[in-house]
Amino acid sequence: MCDTCGCNLTPGNQHLAFKPVARGTTAVSVLKGLLAKNDDQAGHNRAHFDRRGILAINLMSSPGSGKTALLEATLTALKNELTCAVIEGDLETENDAERIRAKGVQAYQIVTGTACHLDAHLVHDALHHMTLDGIDLLFIENVGNLVCPASFDLGQHLNVTLLSVTEGDDKPAKYPVMFRAADAMLLTKTDLLAVLDDFDPDKAEAHLRKLANPAPVMRLSARKDLGMDAWLTWLRDQLAAQRARVAIGQSRRPAIQGDGMKYHSVTA
Amino acid sequence: MHELAVAQALVEQVDAVIGQHQASCATAIRVRIGPLAGVVPELLATAFPLAAAGSRMEHAALEFTHAPIQVRCQTCGAETEAAMNRLLCGACGDWHTRIISGDELLLESVELEMDTPHSLPLTPHPQNV
Repeated sequence: MCDTCGCNLTPGNQHLAFKPVARGTTAVSVLKGLLAKNDDQAGHNRAHFDRRGILAINLMSSPGSGKTALLEATLTALKNELTCAVIEGDLETENDAERIRAKGVQAYQIVTGTACHLDAHLVHDALHHMTLDGIDLLFIENVGNLVCPASFDLGQHLNVTLLSVTEGDDKPAKYPVMFRAADAMLLTKTDLLAVLDDFDPDKAEAHLRKLANPAPVMRLSARKDLGMDAWLTWLRDQLAAQRARVAIGQSRRPAIQGDGMKYHSVTA
Repeated sequence: MHELAVAQALVEQVDAVIGQHQASCATAIRVRIGPLAGVVPELLATAFPLAAAGSRMEHAALEFTHAPIQVRCQTCGAETEAAMNRLLCGACGDWHTRIISGDELLLESVELEMDTPHSLPLTPHPQNV
């Protein structure tokens, strides 16, 4: 559905846009996305990435589901193959950026203070503190939160949502806005499944499908190096798809946008 | 919690509309929010007066249009209503559906109070002289 050109206006809703008003006032139909300014900035960020052939991935999850541990293991595995960079988002501390830098990888920490999510402007400011030339993969680790980050486009190409097996397998049903936005869902800490008999990975996947989301579901443990190959292969495939898009002047918006779905056939 | 950020974006957009139409202020603002947009209308209504304080819309009424969730089935083609965490086809039950309504976050319309013309010179009323 188009939020910008006015084609949302149908015989069914136009009375809302053009309702009669009192004398001296005038009603103006706008029909523009409320977050248009953020979306413009996100598009600008995406153009930065596309110009350099970078694939940008937004990692979202609850706090403590293993985003940084996943990054540490991923960066180690890809060390001799791809050049990565990381933007970290947290309310406080440089701790996560320091963990990434310890792997020899460029990292910039966004400290949001009290803000519960990253937005496109914060990411743009971070990009100005980074060297983007030669980067293949940029990971943006969002603030740990299953609610707010889902509503803000950062300029990324893909959303990856983590669900650790220490949480409930019904999280996709409880947080549909977040999980609907996922281009891939990772079930993390699967080494703990042996002692957590109340998390059913198949149920978690079924809840994701009930959101009409065709995203691949990968089961892994970053700490115990289980199932990492499928994730790394997916990353390589997505980078190849991004380079193929860039070569023909196309880009891709994440599933978070309503019309992002139209690009799914390119990468599915 | 992010509704304050959304309210600030709303104020910026409405302010731009006021400027474009050379109006003096906005008296009503209508927003269309679908349940899948991830924005709670009640929280946005709470955040709006904070974001709008001192602006040209601080006395504007914020109104909401509810956008029901509707999906179109890619398998059988039916268009049906769906629940937020169950976006399945209401006709055949398949999950291969696409949202056709319910994820909007739109500034739908704004009611503006136009500037009163200042072309007439301000002269004191005879009775007050």
